[in-house]
Amino acid sequence: MIELDPKIPTGPLEKKWQHFKEHAKLVNPANKRKFRVIVVGSGLAGASAAATLAEQGYNVDCFCFQDSPRRAHSIAAQGGINAAKNYQNDGDSVWRLFYDTLKGGDFRAREANVHRLAEVSRNIIDQCVAQGVPFAREYGGQLANRSFGGAQVSRTFYARGQTGQQLLLGAYASLSHQIKSGRVKMHTHSEMLDLVVVDGHAKGIIVRNLLTGELTRHAADTVMLATGGYSNLYYLSTNARGCNTTAIWRAYKRGALFANPCYTQIHPTCIPVAGDFQSKLTLMSESLRNDGRVWVPKKKGDQRAPQDIPEEERDYYLERKYPAYGNLAPRDISSRSAKEVCDEGRGVGPGGLGVYLDFKDAIARLGKKGVEERYGNLFEMYENITGENAYERPMRIFPALHYTMGGLWVDYHLMSNLPGLYVLGEANFSDHGANRLGASALMQGLADGYFIVPYTLGEYLSTQFGNKVTTDSPEFEEAEAAVRGRMNRLLEVRGTVSSEQFHRELGTLLWEKCGMARSRESLLEALTEIPKIRERFWNEVGVPGTGSSFNQALEAAGRVADFFELGELLCRDALTREESCGGHFRVEYQLPDGEALRNDDQFNCVHAWQYQGEGKEPTLIKEPLNYEFVHPATRNYKH
Amino acid sequence: MNFHLRIWRQDHEKVKGFFEEIEAVNIPADASFLEMLDMVNNRLIEKQKVPVAFESDCREGICGTCSMVINGIPQGPGRGAACQVYMRSFCDGETITVEPYRAASFPIIKDLVTNRKAYDRIVQAGGFISEHTGGAPDASATLIGKHEADRAMDAAACIGCGACAAACPNSSAMLFVGAKVTHLALLPQGQPERKERALNMVRAMDEEGFGNCSNYYACEAVCPANISASVIATLNREYVAAACRSVAE
Repeated sequence: MIELDPKIPTGPLEKKWQHFKEHAKLVNPANKRKFRVIVVGSGLAGASAAATLAEQGYNVDCFCFQDSPRRAHSIAAQGGINAAKNYQNDGDSVWRLFYDTLKGGDFRAREANVHRLAEVSRNIIDQCVAQGVPFAREYGGQLANRSFGGAQVSRTFYARGQTGQQLLLGAYASLSHQIKSGRVKMHTHSEMLDLVVVDGHAKGIIVRNLLTGELTRHAADTVMLATGGYSNLYYLSTNARGCNTTAIWRAYKRGALFANPCYTQIHPTCIPVAGDFQSKLTLMSESLRNDGRVWVPKKKGDQRAPQDIPEEERDYYLERKYPAYGNLAPRDISSRSAKEVCDEGRGVGPGGLGVYLDFKDAIARLGKKGVEERYGNLFEMYENITGENAYERPMRIFPALHYTMGGLWVDYHLMSNLPGLYVLGEANFSDHGANRLGASALMQGLADGYFIVPYTLGEYLSTQFGNKVTTDSPEFEEAEAAVRGRMNRLLEVRGTVSSEQFHRELGTLLWEKCGMARSRESLLEALTEIPKIRERFWNEVGVPGTGSSFNQALEAAGRVADFFELGELLCRDALTREESCGGHFRVEYQLPDGEALRNDDQFNCVHAWQYQGEGKEPTLIKEPLNYEFVHPATRNYKH
Repeated sequence: MNFHLRIWRQDHEKVKGFFEEIEAVNIPADASFLEMLDMVNNRLIEKQKVPVAFESDCREGICGTCSMVINGIPQGPGRGAACQVYMRSFCDGETITVEPYRAASFPIIKDLVTNRKAYDRIVQAGGFISEHTGGAPDASATLIGKHEADRAMDAAACIGCGACAAACPNSSAMLFVGAKVTHLALLPQGQPERKERALNMVRAMDEEGFGNCSNYYACEAVCPANISASVIATLNREYVAAACRSVAE
């Protein structure tokens, strides 16, 4: 069995990264030109890594499945990016950001990684401002900040409600500069379909050109995956339609470990599902809960319009259950409470899957204009999607899948257990533990790409002189044949059911059995059901057209096939983790007040899964989390 | 609701395209336009027919992947991208025409999908600030007034979808180029390369075959990101100033 070495530098916490940087092996400028780096994905992590490594002198090949590197889903992030700048003079520091992040993650992340993230957060803001990212400013010209969940300081930098867009366009601009200089070769409409491992090292990928269907082989000295998260496993999520698990799943099947797949984040305030035609869920900023009051009717199956339900027949359940925090109860508590009242048959809207977020009192207090000033754009967005006017009747909201903390296992260098394979951004598992705080995803993606991997890459590449591989090797031969085989298998089913319909079925099952609340029983059920749906998929799926042309049905079917396999691993991981922590809530393990009950004696560790072959159970490998500098306390946001 | 669709079908750039008549029946009013197309495609797959190709990704109006023309309007009626159009805004039984962008610089890939790489190449010509990772001074060292920062943000909000060029009778990309030039010209960090940026981006735009602005304002009318046509005036000013200075030098 593999022994996992997280390669955390020794020494005091605040000196570890500095010490690492001062002693890391380097590749001299003349030699950098001799190395080729593959970067898969062009979101915040991928674009920033590709641009920075090209600037350093490496030859970079960057791949994305979209038509342009500017489209990656990082672009949709709204709220902001955290950084320990303390510009507000409110007592922020690297230590506080480190501690808030670790606590927010329910003490299931590595201390050294999180501390490094908090340290480099400050450089990110400097870098982005230098690129021309138009962050919000005060009248005096200083950078503005706002507060976010899980923190008592204002450390979130933002660009209106489009922070992700502006940060991504900054990284895209740098990438464009490097493409022009010739050091980055950009491959758009190119989907990675397999990883090529030569003598145990990741040395290349197999790519399908989505426009022509052509399969190509790409060899390099190292491969970096920055391919995002897997929330779309649940079909309905706030992720973009194209987000998928294929790249990291292929790497897993080639030997990379998949860590903590059961850590998924469910966001409490999304626009509810309107019907079985729905293709995605839209997030409504959590800030709405500052002024809106959450309620459902007291009576089951109450069909009256909200305005006809008198005050005494309404249950403001968050205010009732959590008087100290009320409507601002933490994300996981709010999400689970909404599920509970809907399970009781008191949900509102189509299918009874929704709760009201009412602004009646806020309008009475602030006037319609006051509410409009604060939330006007959100009310407009809500009306556009639902056709309802939230000034006149309460909004309907419901939780939705939003982010996945799990991902491929990486060490302190961001390298997986497969030498030469780096994993960046949401695709790795490393920094958010069991739950991610708001405004931390953008921070981690950019930290990995701009400031971490450019320093850690030398450690590996300096050992790789003379280890060039070529694309005519048997390993490339075999990987390409495997990809072609999978594609042909999908095309040959010739069924009549779209992969989307199977995907929806899988998603519904997972949402019910392994969503906001999980139990041993529900997980065992899911583990019996998933293989059945998968078998039907492989017998009935319809993929018209050919593999040698632009074929979106084939792309979708390939991704869904991988989701089926990941779904099983996720349930297996959730079943094995017999505790509740962060986004993973097992109903058997809770405190009397409904809070998560962690079990630090048994589960203060990373669960990393190793693929053992088709039809075989994966092996669980544990990496203990050693808390040297902080004491994992019970997460408490009440006082 | 039921709709009568006239959808453009074209296998690739080299063959002739045509309008296919497709009935979209039993469509919920709350479905988005793209969800309606999803349903149409699922039914085509049931009949083992090739589904209609169209691109989309975030489906919340920010990624700019959508690129279709609905009833003659790039990105469809109403504000926002095509993914933000909902079926309740059409009449039951209505005939809806769906076609790809019609602009020579955006060649057709298949059905409703067009190639917009020309926009990426224009950005590569100069739509950036040449900084080096790691060398930036503290972010608070540069003060930028709220007014300038807000105006820069207004221009930076462009989603790069290409609707501006698709709507323009001249296929002009000046709203897109103007937005980037304006964003960076307003900021102190953008000053060192200001002149070259305007010259290089306009040159790239011309080389890609986009036309010149002749004040139709169709771009502004269809822009899902509300970019004001005033960025074109800024672009003209920046370009003329840069060209005069480079002649003088």
